[in-house]
Amino acid sequence: MKYKLIASISKSLLFARFKQTLVAAIGVTFSITMFITLLSFMSGLNDLLDGLILNRTAHVRLYNEIKASDQQPVDLSEKYKGHHNFVSSVKPRDEKAEIHNSGAIIHALETDNRVTGVAPKIMAQVFYNVGSIDLTGVINGIDVDEETRLFFFKNYVVEGNYIDLKNTPNSIILGKGAAEKMMSAIGDIIQVTTSKGDRVQLKVVGYFQSGIQEIDKVQSYASISTTQKILGQPNSYITDIQVKLKNVLDAPMIAKEFQKKFNVEAVDIQTANSQFETGSSIRTLISYAVGITLLIVAGFGIYNILNMMIYEKMDSIAILKATGFSGKDVNNIFITIALSIGIFGGALGLLFGYGLCNIIEHIPFNTPSLPTVKTYPINYNPKFYMIGTVFSIITTYLAGYFPSRKASKIDPVIIIRGK
Amino acid sequence: MSKKILIANKICKSFHDPITVQVLNDISFSVDKGEFISVIGRSGCGKSTLLYILSTMDTDYSGELFIDGVLMRTKKEKELARVRNEKIGFVFQFHYLLNEFSVLQNVMLPGLKLNKYSKKEVEHRAYEKLKVLGIENEALKLPNQLSGGQKQRVAIARALINDPLIIMGDEPTGNLDKKNSEVVFQIFKELANSFQQTLLIVTHDNEFAARTNRIIEMEDGKIINM
Repeated sequence: MKYKLIASISKSLLFARFKQTLVAAIGVTFSITMFITLLSFMSGLNDLLDGLILNRTAHVRLYNEIKASDQQPVDLSEKYKGHHNFVSSVKPRDEKAEIHNSGAIIHALETDNRVTGVAPKIMAQVFYNVGSIDLTGVINGIDVDEETRLFFFKNYVVEGNYIDLKNTPNSIILGKGAAEKMMSAIGDIIQVTTSKGDRVQLKVVGYFQSGIQEIDKVQSYASISTTQKILGQPNSYITDIQVKLKNVLDAPMIAKEFQKKFNVEAVDIQTANSQFETGSSIRTLISYAVGITLLIVAGFGIYNILNMMIYEKMDSIAILKATGFSGKDVNNIFITIALSIGIFGGALGLLFGYGLCNIIEHIPFNTPSLPTVKTYPINYNPKFYMIGTVFSIITTYLAGYFPSRKASKIDPVIIIRGK
Repeated sequence: MSKKILIANKICKSFHDPITVQVLNDISFSVDKGEFISVIGRSGCGKSTLLYILSTMDTDYSGELFIDGVLMRTKKEKELARVRNEKIGFVFQFHYLLNEFSVLQNVMLPGLKLNKYSKKEVEHRAYEKLKVLGIENEALKLPNQLSGGQKQRVAIARALINDPLIIMGDEPTGNLDKKNSEVVFQIFKELANSFQQTLLIVTHDNEFAARTNRIIEMEDGKIINM
């Protein structure tokens, strides 16, 4: 009952200065709209850019590093035990880049319940032969189905059908840049030379475009069995095991565990791609800073309008106080005015923000480096809407708090005497 | 008739800005129920200042003030607001109606604030008060559609809504022409005679004062005649 009275007084004061109120509310609406749009767009863009690398990167990658043995023969000798041995110019063992016992490791990983999927991979250094010129390149031997399921391989095959890689023997999907240099069309036969000097002929079944030019100029894909054949290796030969985890944040911990357990090198996504994390977080920080600045500016608008209203309504405030309204009541009246401007303006802002995001999402955005993207990316994260709501309420509350405190301190005597 | 509604005991007040000037000096008097009192004096003799102290709006004074037997000095701002709401009705020189509200709502506001009756009852009571003052037909108009005399009558109705112990007026006829002043005086007279309403009216209209029950005359911050 009591609050209803205060609300009705607030409403009357609000509508008495409808235009000013509207301007204040539009300020809040505008800032919330921009806040939502900015964050949705920026975070959509972030996701897109991160996705370029992170979507296609294993959460944990197991491989065998070619390096010198930790224990040189002299260390094993009984005679020189306890001596300080210096061996210079140590060379790595003659060892293949293969992961030993890969079948058993893959089986163990597949039964681990923290793992979403496992995709084996072979990296093969080759030369693409173009006439008399050799271009350096890398052929990734992949399990086509798993690679598509876990790392969206299909999305990056821009021409040709990705599944042909599995179904056509001795086939290759060339990086778009490499294909352009070699001027090879789909269906052409190209020739590659392995690092051991073997020459192999492969049929081009598609083009692959990752969005990162340096990669597209070098990398190509073939099936695992084709790659094993190119390298002349048995079908147990695997150089990399890519693991996708259920929770990406566990990657560093799990990588360490696998390293110990399987006696291989393991690198987690956070270590391998730390620069992307930094970039995204700074972009996010900047968008929040701009968005919150907008809100604060809107808050000042409300502050000004309320201040003016209080000067205009000084007589009314005084008479309310003379007839028995306490300072607290007057305070509540102006806080209510500010909050209703904030809530009304904020709610409209959320709607407009959503609308603007929808519009932006339909603006064509074609760029050669991002084959899968046709329109501007937008992230509809409900978190932004929640932050927008909370901030619009907080800023308008503060914007109302100071003027209303002033109003509550108005002494009824001074104005009435002043007349 | 002997119940003391308001007792002022040695009330003093000084302004300190820019130099200390004593505006009220040892004011002591009391008001009985049903009295119709006028306070007169020249401009600047402190009569308005006294009224603001008596009305609890000004708390910066020394001395004691009892309203309905309760000492005001120790009360907090919120409690004083409650006292004004419940026990005092105000009529000022200027009507101070809220232009955003209809006449009826203006009258109802202090009643709703008191929260003693339901909204329906307050509305009913407001109509009754307006009827007593002969302006019930203007109830749904906005204040700025009324004449000066009508506005002042609305202000009186607003002062009456909570059945206050005492009505305080600061030059309530100061802004009105002869005819309307007479109307307002008759209303006060009627309230005092028929409803035993206690009234304390500050005025410089000696003719007005002469027709009240009791005159308190002030000069230089002192009561010289009462």
